[in-house]
Amino acid sequence: MDIVKVLAISGSAAVLLVVLELIRRGRLKERYSLLWLFSGTVMLILSLSRGLLEYIARLVGIFYPPSLLFLVAFVFLLLITLHFSAVISGLSEKNKRLAQEIALLRQALDEVRRSTGSHGGVQ
Amino acid sequence: MIPMNKILIIIPAYNEEQSLPGVLEDLRGHAPAADILVVDDGSCDGTASVARESGVNVASLPYNLGIGGAMQTGFQYARNNDYDIAIQFDGDGQHIAADISELLGPHAAGRADIVIGSRFLKRGAYRPSFFRKVGIWIFSTVLSAILGIHVTDTTSGFRAANRRVIEYFARAYPEDYPEVESLVLLHRAGMTIAEVPVQMRDRTGGRSSITPIRSAYYMIKVLLAVFVDLMKK
Repeated sequence: MDIVKVLAISGSAAVLLVVLELIRRGRLKERYSLLWLFSGTVMLILSLSRGLLEYIARLVGIFYPPSLLFLVAFVFLLLITLHFSAVISGLSEKNKRLAQEIALLRQALDEVRRSTGSHGGVQ
Repeated sequence: MIPMNKILIIIPAYNEEQSLPGVLEDLRGHAPAADILVVDDGSCDGTASVARESGVNVASLPYNLGIGGAMQTGFQYARNNDYDIAIQFDGDGQHIAADISELLGPHAAGRADIVIGSRFLKRGAYRPSFFRKVGIWIFSTVLSAILGIHVTDTTSGFRAANRRVIEYFARAYPEDYPEVESLVLLHRAGMTIAEVPVQMRDRTGGRSSITPIRSAYYMIKVLLAVFVDLMKK
């Protein structure tokens, strides 16, 4: 077994184990771990089966099969970061809505306090 | 001013404690029938307390959202409290309260969903710097090319919106530099846009959010946002 294969197998196995452990501890939500699990599994399969790796490499015209691993890992990382950008956009929109809601509630509270005669604004 | 309409003046304010009292006084003198909401956009100075002391309503955002998020808060307030007209009025003192009646004219005649106060319809008063002039010309040209209408002052933050626009902006309002982009959104939503001539003063306090260095970034960002809006569904 050559070194690149050992590295590839242990690398993808480590990714899978870490992701699974994070899910188990509740540190990672399932919906944000699916892409990680999927990419880890694909990487592991490709690292284990030299035949499959060589077949796909020939199919797409890659001379050195292990570099297909880099390509696949790179594409997965791109997908994952893109996914996170979309998630962050959603979160910042929700965050903005919450901030606006808080400002409007503070104002309403101010008004109630003023009409009931209790003093002081909300800071 | 039309007495039966419920009018709200929204003042987005970020660190405007120096200019705000003058602005509020001006508004009370020239638009006494309108309610005022100051949206304190996470200011670090006494903006909120200055406004509260003078007796107007204040919505204090917990952190700085930027002009877009702050204005949207105002539109949400207008929608929740059933206002007929919402007027955007700057807290830095550059807008003139006496011009508000001009802004309400086209609304009264039912000619427009949003009325923009333009610095360029009146001759002479406002002389922008060269770069600003170029930027303004580009925005106007791009907007008239894609909207088919001519808006002379696309970046004006002195505007009056009717119920339809209030409803729309409460749900969707652009974030970073909303003035130009919001016109594209409104036009696509089938709203009509009108302009009336107004004058604007030099700033009485604080600093403009648009420095010469940021202008190029501003231009690119706005044009990009406009094209993204056009591609959306």
